[in-house]
Amino acid sequence: MTKSISRREFFLKSMITGSSAFFAKPDARAGILFPKNKVAAGRVVSIRDNSVRTSKNSLNPDVVENMLNTAMSAFFSVGSAAEAWAGLFSENDVVGIKVNCLAGRGMSTSQTLVDAIVKNLLAIGIPARQIIIWDRANDDLKRAGYKIQTSKRDVLCYGNDHAGYTRQLYESGSIGSFLSNILVHQCTAIINVPIMKDHGIVGITNALKNFFGAIHNPNKYHSFKGDPYIADVNLLPDIRNKVRLTICDALTSQYEGGPPYMPQWCWQHNGVIVAQDMVAMDSIAWNIIDGKRAEKGMPSLKEAGREPTYIRTAADADHKLGICEPNAIDLIEI
Amino acid sequence: MKSRRRFIKNTSMICLGAGLVPNELFVSSASAATGAGELLTEARYYDKLAHRKIKCVLCPRECVIDDLERGYCGVRENRGGTYYTLVHSRPCTAHIDPIEKKPLFHFMPASMAFSIATVGCNVECKFCQNWQISQVRPEQIRNYDMPPEVIAEYAKEKKCKSIAYTYTEPVIFTEYMYDCAVAGNERDVASVMISNGYINPKPMKDLSKVLRAVKIDLKAFTEKFYRNLVAGELKPVLDTLVLLREMDIWTEIVYLVIPSHNDDPNELKQMCQWIVSELGADVPVHFTRFYPQYRLKNLPPTPISTLESTRKIAQDAGINFCYIGNVPQHGGENTYCPSCNKMLIKRRGYIILENNITGNRCANCQQEIPGIWS
Repeated sequence: MTKSISRREFFLKSMITGSSAFFAKPDARAGILFPKNKVAAGRVVSIRDNSVRTSKNSLNPDVVENMLNTAMSAFFSVGSAAEAWAGLFSENDVVGIKVNCLAGRGMSTSQTLVDAIVKNLLAIGIPARQIIIWDRANDDLKRAGYKIQTSKRDVLCYGNDHAGYTRQLYESGSIGSFLSNILVHQCTAIINVPIMKDHGIVGITNALKNFFGAIHNPNKYHSFKGDPYIADVNLLPDIRNKVRLTICDALTSQYEGGPPYMPQWCWQHNGVIVAQDMVAMDSIAWNIIDGKRAEKGMPSLKEAGREPTYIRTAADADHKLGICEPNAIDLIEI
Repeated sequence: MKSRRRFIKNTSMICLGAGLVPNELFVSSASAATGAGELLTEARYYDKLAHRKIKCVLCPRECVIDDLERGYCGVRENRGGTYYTLVHSRPCTAHIDPIEKKPLFHFMPASMAFSIATVGCNVECKFCQNWQISQVRPEQIRNYDMPPEVIAEYAKEKKCKSIAYTYTEPVIFTEYMYDCAVAGNERDVASVMISNGYINPKPMKDLSKVLRAVKIDLKAFTEKFYRNLVAGELKPVLDTLVLLREMDIWTEIVYLVIPSHNDDPNELKQMCQWIVSELGADVPVHFTRFYPQYRLKNLPPTPISTLESTRKIAQDAGINFCYIGNVPQHGGENTYCPSCNKMLIKRRGYIILENNITGNRCANCQQEIPGIWS
């Protein structure tokens, strides 16, 4: 179900309903008090703003921050973004921001968006040293323009190759992997910040697929379009229990030729998508990418032989990771 | 920068100083270890595709790989449309083993094999014995800087008659294996490949020119088993076995008998009949005992009675040399003459206690015994 509202309508509505925000019970599986803010599965907020581009075609940080805050307030039905963030993390949390940087500059999680996220975390009292921007490898992060920071004087930024992997093998359904120490041993909470794009094998890479960057052997699990491997990875308790929010970078997206950066198939979607239900978010991303492919006269992902069936699998009775059926998704477009 | 000469000298000194014995890691110096680093060697079996993609044609998986991505094996990477191996000259382990450990029972008995492996594998067996090195990527483990000449020189110095490419899956380091084999042949050191046989015909034919013997793990005789427990396919493995036969490469087969998964007598009978009809009765087949490993820990070790009945099935199908492995001191470790039934080679584990083969014949009845005996 899709609801479209203007930004003006949204603010008016949130002023009225802000205090009646939905506060879920603490996550009993994790045995923690946070997140206090937990929205029912299936809700996705998608915000787009073409003014996010400057005249030089770079991103305007103020507009990105405003988009993020608006989306956060809308998602949690609260009066301010600060209220939303404060309900997600405590000052004791060590928050990992899982970006996706494999494709280097041009098609990696935007630093501007990550900066806006970090700013919000700092604002609710999380010390810089308790924020870790991370991905698979230092080289991936550097290639995307991130500065590696391993001393606790500032916000940390490094790859699994710096932090290492668990000694224990974790099994979940079809997969068996060592997990990133950042995920298992260093962070108490994760914000998943994927970039929405086409993937030449599994169809699309977005929220669920981003956690292939948390296992030591992603090369083993791309067969059969990543199905059921991607869903199985996301069943791992350290992912299920720690990921409190997914913020999709849909500012610049790619509808063909991914995961590497192929500028000829990129478009400026100028969007940010917020969800806690990664399956619902991926279902929306799939729809957006297929829509763009149709607009460009290209076959759908299914017709191209790479329908991202893993998204459906993630929603099935064995996984129950979220809602995939488009009609059951509570999509709010701003 | 360390020169090759200096490296060889240093390595030799380290090894000699360590008072090496077989089965011991011969390079233990942390200073000799490197990461995968930037030592890139262009891969030999791939096709360039549009948009900087490549298609690897080394193994039947034939991965199509985007820029900056790796193949299933995790040791070959596309960089800007050129495909590289990350493990050439980068073994993660090296031992001196008895050739019987491979196992190769009809190949230079009682000789030593200089045994190396890099990380990586092109399948994922749920029962892998060496998964800590086969299922990781080069940058996740310590590797050594050992060019082919160093390997060959060291094997010769340690009086190893062969270099064995083993432990993980040598198909995925085929360029390194080939170059080591060439360097070994120049020094009269043979090369043997211990493999799953999951390789395309062209690279296998190329390797056949430099290898003396191959051991193939035939993991089951059903596609279902290969799909569910190996993440591979049976048919290409059978094709490799036939190809090796055609190329006249000495080949032995190992079949790990896993309770309830590949021990069905009918399947075993079919497999043995296939071996006799397609490869001949003289291909040695080793039926080895399974122990719970990696992701298949919910099963007991193979009952010895199962191994014995499996061996009987093979004998009844006409296979001349059937062995039982991973069961020390079992009579099934010995070689018997198919003509007079006299014991030819008596083994205890990897040790040869008695050898009654003269030249390549049974000392008792003069029956020619297939194999490479010296």
